[in-house]
Amino acid sequence: MEPVATTFFFYMLSGLAILSGVLVITRKNPVHSALALILTLLCLAGLYLMLYAPFVAGVQIILYVGGIMVLFLFVIMLVNLERSQREKTFNQQWIAGVAAAVVLGALFMSIYVKGKALFAQPVVPFPEAENTQRVGQMLYSNYMFPFEIASLLLLVAIIGAVVMAKKRI
Amino acid sequence: MVPITTLHYLVVAAALFVLGIIGVLTRRNVVIVLMSVELILNAVNLNLVAFSRIWGLHGQVFAIFVITDAAAEAAVGLGILIAFFRNKETVNVDEVDLLKW
Repeated sequence: MEPVATTFFFYMLSGLAILSGVLVITRKNPVHSALALILTLLCLAGLYLMLYAPFVAGVQIILYVGGIMVLFLFVIMLVNLERSQREKTFNQQWIAGVAAAVVLGALFMSIYVKGKALFAQPVVPFPEAENTQRVGQMLYSNYMFPFEIASLLLLVAIIGAVVMAKKRI
Repeated sequence: MVPITTLHYLVVAAALFVLGIIGVLTRRNVVIVLMSVELILNAVNLNLVAFSRIWGLHGQVFAIFVITDAAAEAAVGLGILIAFFRNKETVNVDEVDLLKW
């Protein structure tokens, strides 16, 4: 299906994503940061839908917004300090931060100026209804070994999280 | 109206990446540093999915692997954070100096 009003939705979603990204790194209260990050992730899910990737968009909402961000909010409530509201928000490394931003921004700008003609025209080789099926086939054929490694990684992460959160370590 | 090309998505991803870098380098709260890492990973994901529109589905499969890694990283990182908070009663990165010589 041809998407409608692509330009409008692209600028709305990406503007909202960047705006809430700024909120994530500037808010003093970590709960506000977490809520802004949830907004960013939802906007990115919308952008994935516009890029003909419905499966990744669904995984983004279920796993990121539903799983990882709930974990973040739990931990914020476990370690929330009244004291941290009155402390300095930023550390002494703002010079390093500004330098990194300037260097990376210049790099990206030069790529933007020089690389305009490099990208081929996007193609839509198959309808979106087949997307999930094809991703699944690729996961179980081309990417069989990385898939197994990912399951091992998740097992290690589960064990690590349980060991870390034990009473005595 | 200019049609939306792959380059537009790359610019959005670059902006999110730079925001994440600034957050990692300048914030004191470890929870927000971890959130900035999530921002960086999401910028990479947006790049991968944008390129998958040109070069086939490999980018989307990689995006799924990146999301898996992000979940593992968040679980272990927050576990370490809780263990540290129990010992030192702080969540500020510049007070985490047990290994500093």
